[in-house]
Formats: sequence, structure tokens, C-alpha cells
Amino acid sequence: MTQINGAPRSFQEIILRLQSYWASKGCAMLQPYDMEVGAGTFHPATTLRSLGSTPWAAAYVQPSRRPTDGRYGENPNRLQHYYQYQVLIKPSPPNLQELYLGSLAAIGIDMELHDIRFVEDDWESPTLGAWGLGWEVWCDGMEVSQFTYFQQVGGYDCAPVSGELTYGLERLAMYVLGVDHVMDMPFNDPDAPIPMTYGDIFKQTEEEYARWNFDTANTEVLLRHFEEAEVECAMILSQPAEDPKTGKRIVMAHPAYDQCIKASHIFNLLDARGVISVTERQAYIGRVRALAKQCADAFVQTTAGGWAA
Amino acid sequence: MPDLLIELFSEEIPARMQRRAGEDLKKRMTDGLIEAGLTYAGAHALSTPRRLTLAVDGLLAASPTVREERKGPKVGAPDKAIEGFLRGAGLTRDQLEERDTPKGAIYFASIEKPGRPAADIIAEVLETTIRNFPWPKSMRWGTGSLKWVRPLHSILCLLSDEAGSEVVPLDIDGIVSGNSTRGHRFMAPDAFIVTGFDDYSAKLKRAFVVLDPAERAEAIWQDATNQAFANGLEVVEDKGLLAEVSGLVEFPVVLMGEIDAEFLSLPPEVLQTSMREHQKFFSVRNPKTNRIERFITVANRDTADNGATILAGNQKVLSARLADAKFFWENDLRVAKEGMVTWTEALSNVTFHNKLGTQSERINRIAALAREIAPSVGADPDLAEQAANVAKADLSSEMVYEFPELQGLMGRYYAEAAGLPQEVANACEAHYSPLGPSDDVPSEAVSVAVALADKLDTLTGFWAIDEKPTGSKDPFALRRAALGVIRLVLENDACIGLYDFFVECIGKLAIQKLGDELVDLLYQNKSGPELKQDLEDAHGFLCQFGVWKEVLEADFSVNGLEKHNQNGNLSEQEWRLLSVASLDLVFAEAKCSFSSFAEKTDWSNPVNLGRECAAKELVEVVQRFAADLLSFFHDRLKVFLREQGIRHDVIDACIAMDGNDDLTLLVKRARALEDFMKSDDGTNLLQGYKRANNILTQAEAKDGVEYSYGGDVKFAEEPAEIALFEALALSEGAISSALNAEDFAAAMGSMAALRAPIDAFFESVQVNSDNPVVRRNRLNLLHQIRQICGQVADLTVVEG
Repeated sequence: MTQINGAPRSFQEIILRLQSYWASKGCAMLQPYDMEVGAGTFHPATTLRSLGSTPWAAAYVQPSRRPTDGRYGENPNRLQHYYQYQVLIKPSPPNLQELYLGSLAAIGIDMELHDIRFVEDDWESPTLGAWGLGWEVWCDGMEVSQFTYFQQVGGYDCAPVSGELTYGLERLAMYVLGVDHVMDMPFNDPDAPIPMTYGDIFKQTEEEYARWNFDTANTEVLLRHFEEAEVECAMILSQPAEDPKTGKRIVMAHPAYDQCIKASHIFNLLDARGVISVTERQAYIGRVRALAKQCADAFVQTTAGGWAA
Repeated sequence: MPDLLIELFSEEIPARMQRRAGEDLKKRMTDGLIEAGLTYAGAHALSTPRRLTLAVDGLLAASPTVREERKGPKVGAPDKAIEGFLRGAGLTRDQLEERDTPKGAIYFASIEKPGRPAADIIAEVLETTIRNFPWPKSMRWGTGSLKWVRPLHSILCLLSDEAGSEVVPLDIDGIVSGNSTRGHRFMAPDAFIVTGFDDYSAKLKRAFVVLDPAERAEAIWQDATNQAFANGLEVVEDKGLLAEVSGLVEFPVVLMGEIDAEFLSLPPEVLQTSMREHQKFFSVRNPKTNRIERFITVANRDTADNGATILAGNQKVLSARLADAKFFWENDLRVAKEGMVTWTEALSNVTFHNKLGTQSERINRIAALAREIAPSVGADPDLAEQAANVAKADLSSEMVYEFPELQGLMGRYYAEAAGLPQEVANACEAHYSPLGPSDDVPSEAVSVAVALADKLDTLTGFWAIDEKPTGSKDPFALRRAALGVIRLVLENDACIGLYDFFVECIGKLAIQKLGDELVDLLYQNKSGPELKQDLEDAHGFLCQFGVWKEVLEADFSVNGLEKHNQNGNLSEQEWRLLSVASLDLVFAEAKCSFSSFAEKTDWSNPVNLGRECAAKELVEVVQRFAADLLSFFHDRLKVFLREQGIRHDVIDACIAMDGNDDLTLLVKRARALEDFMKSDDGTNLLQGYKRANNILTQAEAKDGVEYSYGGDVKFAEEPAEIALFEALALSEGAISSALNAEDFAAAMGSMAALRAPIDAFFESVQVNSDNPVVRRNRLNLLHQIRQICGQVADLTVVEG
């Protein structure tokens, strides 16, 4: 893999460089998961694949949605829809920190001029029943990544331990490109025949979704969908392992997990609509966690999850 | 004598854990070495983000050989016993020695434990230390099962003396000990070999690692203050931040940057908090304007551009952060100027405690209480109520959501922006105080009223639901709240009868919760199983609430009323519940204080029989809870006063008096008594008093009467007796009027005047005279001593 020299010039070039860097380090380049998620961690390539003993190395971009962070495209840093770059390697290699620093160099951060720091940040996802220890990585005082050694997911001890890297792409790119407002960031090459900024692509959608998220989404429908997802998840998981049609053992961990993802996102939407009180909040989080836990239970009953007949 | 050097090299250790980890390493290693017989001259621990280092000087090269003698069984004892002994000692029978003792011939074993080389012991102790290290949180990594705070990469373990140095061999889950380490992650990443501590620290220094955290902190502070000073500015001191920042770098480089002018209008506390919490920046203040104008950041490396890129990056991040803070500030100011209504409304959706209701309900209680307390502390009741109503509004503001530690302070800013009176704004900030024992106590009357109401509401609330502190557990910080009340009352010289407030607060809360829970119960005309289920649920809820639990489980017949079960279908439990069910309405109708509502209500209608009984029981239970809370206050007060040098028995003597719920009065009395008891007159009077009291008590017990009739001077025979009569008559008036004026020193002074006549009386007069009239008169005289002195304090409990 040839190293691209010089500073990147666009958002997409940073993504491309990360892709080629991690590909060169042996990761499978996966695509985004095709559902609404709050963070790259929700992709089954991370959540489910961090369980069990099968080795794994994957990297991908994940569009992520956090309805409460919507600012109608006006805040220079906050978006309700943004991109994360996610790397998961199991077992975590001993040189993961060096590999990570290499990725920063690949996107044009000169270690001789910048101040990179690993600052304690323990990660916990109450909705996934997961936690790990690690850092937020600072570049000149800015958080550019989360670096986590997964200890538990879905209530299961991770053995071996996965190393997870999450890059907040917009923030990182803005820093590398020297842009102050996310909407001004060049998305493609500024010298392209049709140069486009991030704002050209996302300003309007940020406005539309902010209005919908905060004021328009039908909360009754959402509440119903939340409950339906819960029911569907339980129904899927209640099926016997052996498929009566094919006679094969097919534990439907992924379809069930899709329902968990759905419930989690609907919860975020309800939260943005302001209809969840502080006391209810914990209860909802607990319900999503219960789904995640059941999906984890199911996944470890599958081949990918380490189940052996 | 060899020296030992250990370095545990890992990925970045959280700053807050480093110092403690260094100490733990030192303690566990040296304890282990000593236990194995390996003494040493000195040990010190150092740490950086990536390493824990321990240097031990003057170790023994080997642990000394230890000889131990063990006494065994008698010669000729059963073989089994002897074999057991041999097994324990690890010897064979021919190695035993027979010795004659007064108890006959006995086997003795002499066991020699040979010394072990230092390296063996070190390897063993180090492995145990690493495997059991007390990290607050630890983790696994890769495929291993070893736990460390973050992945452990290498172990340097070196024993050195004049002859040279050697690695102490050790292999922990594949991490093999060696004699090499690495320098700064970016500035000198290569491995190098060291021969001992001096070599190690010198080479690290060259490799851009300052090993000693104290040295790093010192360097940061020196450089920061110098840079600020050179610009006519000063760094805002922050020891916690300094310690944290020193734990984030191996090679500190101090950089000072400017804060964008558009943010200088933010409150300085907001700038400071945002910079500290998010960026770990020090604030730099202009002493002339007191404004925060610059920041100091500490980088972990030198760069060719002297930190220009790093500083520019930090400045940019700060601007983004402060833009957020400014956004919150401006949004909040808008809400504030509209009167904060959206905030106060939002608090009705926030639960304070599941048994005590929402923040809104709590604020309503505090406001009502603040209004009632106001006159006792010289505050305007309207202002106190208004202040209490807005004092917690800022909890809904965006700024406090982002920075919870700014609660109260933001409340003040926002109340000012809302144009509320200054006293109200001040109370928003001050009503949380005092938080700790060294915290200042508010003195402005409105603040005092709200601060007291806030704390008393918390205390009475948790008392009502039976959530008291036990042992070391005090999850709701009730001890702190009680101490806060004590200091607020004492330092403001406020006279407040706390007990009545306790009764009213606990009683009204119980009534309110009853209403909340049962409001629908009686109006739904349910019957049969439905009603039974409702009653069951309501009973379950109420029994979680301490006061109601006791009421519902009480023996109602104590109140002179037998069970009056008008409906034979109801169980005892249901009947009780129906008896309490409408007490909230009865209370509302009575329109009087809680403590008198049972008395003032007309219960004459026979259907009220159960209700009257329940109401009286409720008042009694609440009074008992209130009394218990008061004794909790007295316990806190004792601790507080003992720290100020007042004897516990002196305090007890004053707590035993009426009016002990007025803490100001109580403490005045205690201080006066403490002073009095330090004087000669005091100790002697106490002797006289106790003598009088003992004689009297014994006589009363023997005669089965109380000598409280009052003596008559005309039966007095001896001059000392007559003199005492006169002295008592004189001081009685003086003491009463001093006590009425709450002048305890004067009361004690008058009491002191009794010392000489009492002493003289006991010296020359025999109380138990043969003449029964004289004897009775003298006993009645003693009673006068008891009674007069007893007005001042309960001297029977004073020691001495």
C-alpha cells in the first residue's frame, strides 16, 4: 500500500486514507450497517463480533444519528447525523497504540508538531450492557478518538479482549483541514469540477431532521414502534434453534439484534421529543439493555459467537 | 548491600491513580520483603503516565537463616502423635532431641530455615504484588488473563551492587523481566539498557522523561506563574488540576494562550470551569480587572515551532467549547429574563426521591417553610418565599446541565438577570451553604431562611420515610445537612424552636403523601374485589413510608378507642386504611397547625370514631419521629461542640433542660456552664449540689415522700442553716430573672454565690436531726437547692 503524502484536502480524502491505512494493517473493510444507529459500536460487526473467541479485524464508516444533538446545521460542531470511523480488532494486538498513531500520521497529523495525549476515559454503554477501559485521545487538546479495550458486552466477559477505535470523523477532519464550521468543510476535492462542501450536502438535511426530531415526530407512533420492536425481538429469540424448514440449526441472533437497534434509536427519538421523564429514562434504557443482553445470549449460541455442536 | 530498581511500564495510567499506585507499589513490595526477612535502608516510589518506579536502597543480599525450636510430644507418646509432629516440622525421628523437663522427657525439634537470596524473594513478592495490585479499576487485554490498569508492556527489575547489576528473573504471563526501558513516547521512543537507579533516572532525563511527579508539578507551576507574571497576570491556583496535569505528561511544556475577546463577557466561573473540566487548562487572571483573560495549557513535548501549532489547536478547541458555553449562557439568560417559568415548570418532571416526590413538590415545601422561618431570622417572609421558589430553577438551565458544579452560582446570575431583588439572587447561590465544615455560612437573612428551609425539608423528609444515616452510610448527606442547620442557627444567633418545625414538616408531608396516594380511592365507588385490591395497593405504598407504616401498625386501642368496624366485610388492615384515608381532607378543613388538628377537629359524628383514633395516632407517631430527629441534632451538636472544647457531660446537662430545641439557647447555656465548671466556685458548688441531692434522694427513697414542700426559716436552728435560707432566697430571684433574660453567665454567677453558704451548711449542720420537724425542714431546704440549681442545668449528669 503506498503512503499518500502531504496533507489531505477534503473530508472524503481523510476517510479514504483511513480506509487504505487500516486495509494495509489487515482489517476487513466493511460497509456501514444499513440501519439507524447512535454510534459505530452498534454495528453488529462490533457489538456481536466482540463476543466469543473467533478472531476478528474490521474497519468501517458508520453514519450515526443522535437526534438530541441537532442544531439545525448552525452549530459549528454539532450534528444530529454524523460519521464515525470504527476499527475493531480481536484479540487486541500489543501494538494497538502504535497502529493507532500510525493512522493519525496517515491522515496528515505530524507527530513532531502536535501534542498527542491518552487521557483516561472509561467507556460504558448502558443500553448495550457493555463497558471497557481506555482513553479519549487528544490532539492539541481536542478529542480525536475513543480508544477502548472491551471488557464486557451484553453482560458477557470479553475473552479475548477486543480493541476498539472510534474516530469522530467530522471533528477530526475539521481539525486536520483547518476548518472552523463543519458546514464549510470541503467534502470532495476543492479543485474538483464540482467542489462540494459538507454544508452543500447536509445543511438542508440537518434542518429537516432537527425540525422532525424535536417537534414533529409522532410520539405515539414511536412509542408503539418501540414496543413492537421489543415484542418482535422476543418472538424471534423464542424460536427453537432448529429451523423446521431446512432442518438446520439457525439461531436468529442478527435479526433479533436489528430489533434491539431499532428500539434503541426510537428511544433516542423519544428522548429528543422530550417525552421521556428522568425517571422513565432509566426504565427505557433498562428495556433496551435487556434486548441487547438477550441478543448477546443468542449470538454466543451461533457459530460466529463460538458455539460448537 | 544491593539496591533494587523496579519499573512497571504500561500504556497510559489515568492521572488520578498514579500517585496512589506508586505508594501501593512501595508498600506492598517493602512489606513483602520485610516479611520474608529482607530488610532495607530506604525506598521511594515515582510515577509518570507510563511507568511506576520503585527504588529500594541497602537491601540485604539474602534473608538471614532462621532457627526455630519446637516442643513436641512426650517421649513414649503414641507413634501417631510423634509422626504428626515430625511431619509438621519436616524432620525424621533421629533428628529430634530428647530433653528432660520437670514434666518428663519430651521431644524437641530444631528447625533451620535457610536464608534465601534476595533475587528469589524479590521475584516472588513482585509477582504477588503485580497479580494483586489494588487498582481502583483494572482490565484484561489481548488473549491474557492478567489484570492491570492498562496493558502492561514490560517489567524492569534490577538488583545492583558495586560488582554490577543483574536482572531479577521473572515471567508474568509472558512478560519477562529485563534491564531496559523506553523514553518519551514521541521524543525518544527507543529502548535502552540501564544499570541502576542513578543511571536509569539520568538516561530517562536525556530521553525527555521527568520521573518525579513533584518535580513535574513544580516545573509546571514555576513556568506558568513566570509566563503570567511577565504579562502582568496571575495564574488562578488549582492544586487538583496541577496534580492531574502533572500526571498527563512525561515532559511538561507550558504554553500560554489568549481567550477570544467575544468570550470575556462570560462569568469568570464559567470560563474557569469550562477550561478546567473540558481542557484541563489553568485560568490566567488580570489582577486589575479580576477577569480571566488567558489560559495555560501543558503539552507533553517540545516542537520545532516552539509549540505554535499546539497552542493554535488548543485555542481553537477552546473557542468551540466556549461557543457552546456562550450559547448556553445566552439561551439561559433569555429564559431567565422571561422569569424562569419554563425552568420551574420543568422541575415538576424531575424526581427528587421516589417517596418524596418531584423537585417541584420539594420546592413548594421549602418555600412554605422558608416563609415560616423568615421571622425568626429577621427575613421578609415574602422575599424568603420568592427566593425559595426560584433558588433551584437553575437546575433546569443548560449551563448547569453541562456543568453541575455551577448550580447555585448560575442561579444567582440568572436571578439577577431576571431582575429579582438582590437578596433573592444571593439566596439562589448561598442557600446550598454551608456544604463542608470549613464552608462559610450565609448571613443575609433571606439566604439564611432559604438555606435552613432547604436543609430542614431534606432532614424531615428523609426522617419521615425512615431513611436515616446508619454507621458509615449516609447516602443523602443528612449529617452534613444537620451540621449545616446547626451552624446556620448558631452563627446567625437565631432562636428557633426546631421541634415544632419538625412536627409540622413531617406531619404535613405525611398528610400530603397520603392525599397523593389515596385521593381517588374513596371517590370511585368501587366495591368488592376491586376495592380490596386498591386498598391492598395503597397499604403497600403507605407501608414504605416510615410514618404511615407505624400508624397503620399501631395499637389503636391505646388512644382509648376500640376498633369500630362499621363494615363487617373489611379486614383489620382495610379498616385501618379507611380510617386514615381521608385524614388529608380533615386536615385541610381544620385549617390549623398539624400538631393541633386532631384536637381541633370535631369528631362527634360516630363515623369518625376510627378517624379520630388514626389522627391521634398519626400525631403521636409524628411527634416521636420529630423527637428522634431532635436527638439526632443533639448528637451532631455534641460532636460539633466537643470539637470546640465543650465537655460532653456539660452538653448533656444542658440538653436535659426545657427549650433544648432552640440550639442557640442551648449552646449559650452550655458555654456558660462550661466556663462555670472551670472555676473553683463551679466545681465546689457542684460538690455541694451533689451532696444535697444525694442526701435528699436517699431520704426520699427511704421515707417514700417527696420533700418539695419548701423549708421554713423559722424552724432553722443553726446559723449556717439560717444563712443558707437567706442565700437561697436571695439567689432564687436573681437566677430566675437572669434565666428569663437568657443571661446564663449571670445565672451561674448567682449560683456561685451559693457555694459558700452550702459549704458552710454541710460543715456545721447535721441534716438527719433527731427532731423530725427539723429534719424535714432541712430536707425541704435541700430540695430548694436542687430546685434552684436545677433551673440552670441538670447538674446531676455533670461529672466531677
